[in-house]
Amino acid sequence: MADAAVHNAHPPGFAHQFEDMEQQHEAGNLGMWVFLVTEIMFFGGLFACYAVYRALHLQAFETGSRLLDVRFGAANTAVLIASSLTMALAIHSAQTGKRKSVVMFYLILTMILGAAFLGIKFTFEWRHDFVEHLVPGFGFEVRPEWGAIAQQVPMFFCFYFFMTGLHALHMIIGIGILTVLTIMASRGRFNEQYYAPLEVTGLYWHFVDIVWIFLFPLLYLIGGHYAMRGGH
Amino acid sequence: MSTVVTDIQPGAPPESSRVHYLNANYGIKSWLLTTDHKRIALLYLGSITLMFFVGGAFAVLMRLHLIEPRGALVEPDTYNKLFTLHGIIMVFFFLVPSIPATLGNFLVPMMIGARDLAFPRLNLLSWYIYIVGAIFTLYATISGGVDTGWTFYTPYSSGFSHTQVVPVALGVFITGFSSILTGLNFVVTIHKMRAPGLTWFRLPLFIWAIYATSIIFILGTPVIAITLFLLGLERLLHIGIFDPAIGGDPILFQHLFWFYSHPAVYIMILPGMGVMSELVTCFSRKKIFGYSFVGFSSMAIAVISFLVWGHHMFVSGQSIYAGLIFSVLSFLVAIPSAIKVFNWTATLYKGSVSYQAPMLYAMGFIGLFTMGGLTGLFLASLATDVHLNGTYFIVAHFHYIMVGGAVMAYLGGIHFWWPKITGRMYPDGWARFAALVIFVGFNLTFFPQFMLGYLGMPRRYAVYPAEFQVLNVMSSAGASILGVGYLIPLIYLVWSMRYGPVAGPNPWRAKGLEWETPSPPPTENFDEIPVVTEEAYDYANPNPGAARG
Repeated sequence: MADAAVHNAHPPGFAHQFEDMEQQHEAGNLGMWVFLVTEIMFFGGLFACYAVYRALHLQAFETGSRLLDVRFGAANTAVLIASSLTMALAIHSAQTGKRKSVVMFYLILTMILGAAFLGIKFTFEWRHDFVEHLVPGFGFEVRPEWGAIAQQVPMFFCFYFFMTGLHALHMIIGIGILTVLTIMASRGRFNEQYYAPLEVTGLYWHFVDIVWIFLFPLLYLIGGHYAMRGGH
Repeated sequence: MSTVVTDIQPGAPPESSRVHYLNANYGIKSWLLTTDHKRIALLYLGSITLMFFVGGAFAVLMRLHLIEPRGALVEPDTYNKLFTLHGIIMVFFFLVPSIPATLGNFLVPMMIGARDLAFPRLNLLSWYIYIVGAIFTLYATISGGVDTGWTFYTPYSSGFSHTQVVPVALGVFITGFSSILTGLNFVVTIHKMRAPGLTWFRLPLFIWAIYATSIIFILGTPVIAITLFLLGLERLLHIGIFDPAIGGDPILFQHLFWFYSHPAVYIMILPGMGVMSELVTCFSRKKIFGYSFVGFSSMAIAVISFLVWGHHMFVSGQSIYAGLIFSVLSFLVAIPSAIKVFNWTATLYKGSVSYQAPMLYAMGFIGLFTMGGLTGLFLASLATDVHLNGTYFIVAHFHYIMVGGAVMAYLGGIHFWWPKITGRMYPDGWARFAALVIFVGFNLTFFPQFMLGYLGMPRRYAVYPAEFQVLNVMSSAGASILGVGYLIPLIYLVWSMRYGPVAGPNPWRAKGLEWETPSPPPTENFDEIPVVTEEAYDYANPNPGAARG
């Protein structure tokens, strides 16, 4: 029934190269999944480097990990998981034909949580790292107690900043897309038939969350705060 | 939507008044903002042709220099920049996008009976990304060049080279996203937009090849992107990732580099293999021998190609056991390639073979690719590789694959689909002559390099012992013939766009949906979406319209 309606009048957002709305919807979803595969390979290269160097310089990586403040990471994990929930609720409310103000509410909430993540990261955590002279290339200071591994501790921080920086860049892009979606929602572009941009953005947003779910333990937890090997 | 197509009656109006994708609208803006896959294909065609001749110019300078043992032309430092820029431009800015971005862009929607790719704006974006990457690279070329070799090996590239490593690496990094988006677009289009009745096993084998190539784009390119990103950061901020002085591992860079760059060899050759299947069937008027073997061998190549990168590192300090496994896997990846060569030759058997220009390129491909492939096995064997690694043998080997294989197929494909792209025929006599000149020039250039390499002449050196001069002069002479061979098609193809005879929809009487629409095609490719009822290459069925439902 919905199909017939689609054929009669071209709904908003229908692109000429497709046969019908369903084909367009499937193509959009598949496209995003394929894109996420490329993202996995992109982050995967970094994770592979991290794994190799962690194996080579275990003690240095543990020392570096202990210098991070786990409270920042934990708080951000909670913020990010909450933002995934609000993103899913935004899609759900469009899918079930809720008023546009409801969709907008959840989208804006998602953006606020995303911005909170970035705020904690940049203004508190990275600032803290900078004050502690932990930023390689920008006044990094080798501490005397590191001894023989002093050359390798900066490498941990290289990875820490590359990985969380690349992740933060994805968050910023995500917030940009959410801004566009909020404007689209305010113009009443989404309904039960057409919510594909929300769904596709949702896939991206959840992916970025999942990357963090791997980053958090890799950087903050394992071998750092809980497994107290080595040290002095 | 279909404003252009609706007022055309198929075949009714005279050729001159028919509206097609080239004359649907005019002006520079209608090209730079187009989302039509056919126009984007032509944008790519123009840009990669430019890059091909830039890269070719560096090769000409190198071959001129090597006429004399002490070097005839440039300083050794300049020579280092010449081979580096030749490699980078030819690999990343010509070979990788060559067939996918031009013929693939033009043909994928037409062959599967779609109006356009799934994401037309993304397609245009990928061309702009390519252009931005090319500008960075050309800027670096003009502002001093780069001398690391196209492989960017660390720690030389990150800590020691005093040339423009960062702009070039950035250019390659950016262009990678163009490949990724093109691959993504193809995968989605092939999955979701095939015409009714066009099942996977009725697809032209070109589509299988492009699909396999896209998988490599998607899985491989992000890894080189992150690797070059890390290289750039290490160089700019002087922080250690690959620098052994601060605990980094330069071998890890090589692993990551070849994890992409070996599969990238198949990015270059797989689409050429796809073109081959189209040419061989059309010009022997026969169904392909062993359709599913040819199709699946493309997929097998895509998968296995990700497992062989270590054969570039047999002498880099990689574990001998890893070397053994990579050696075995490298032998395995030769099998699907061999399957294709055997199937093409079996297709020729008892076919009604004719030797128009595209077929001459196809014949050249079979011979040259076979030589390139077999010499690859020398290099996949651990013991012989120790002797041959880093010599001209390697240079000759990969030029037989990439120039003898990929470029021959590219030119064959351009000649085959030229009447479809432009609606005009080129002079066939000149085209056959050029194919012959290229074949002769190519062999004269690169066969002596096999001998030079076997005798021990190392690659990337600006000087060489006097006893190698005869073979080097032969190679340089061949290169000048090859250069002329590449210029001839440039001239007559451009000429034919205006003065060539009108081709008609199907000058080769070929099978495939792209031949069932006028030449040049209308903006939305088909007046109505075709329904497919027969298998690919059904040349036994004389009715050209049989594929139409």
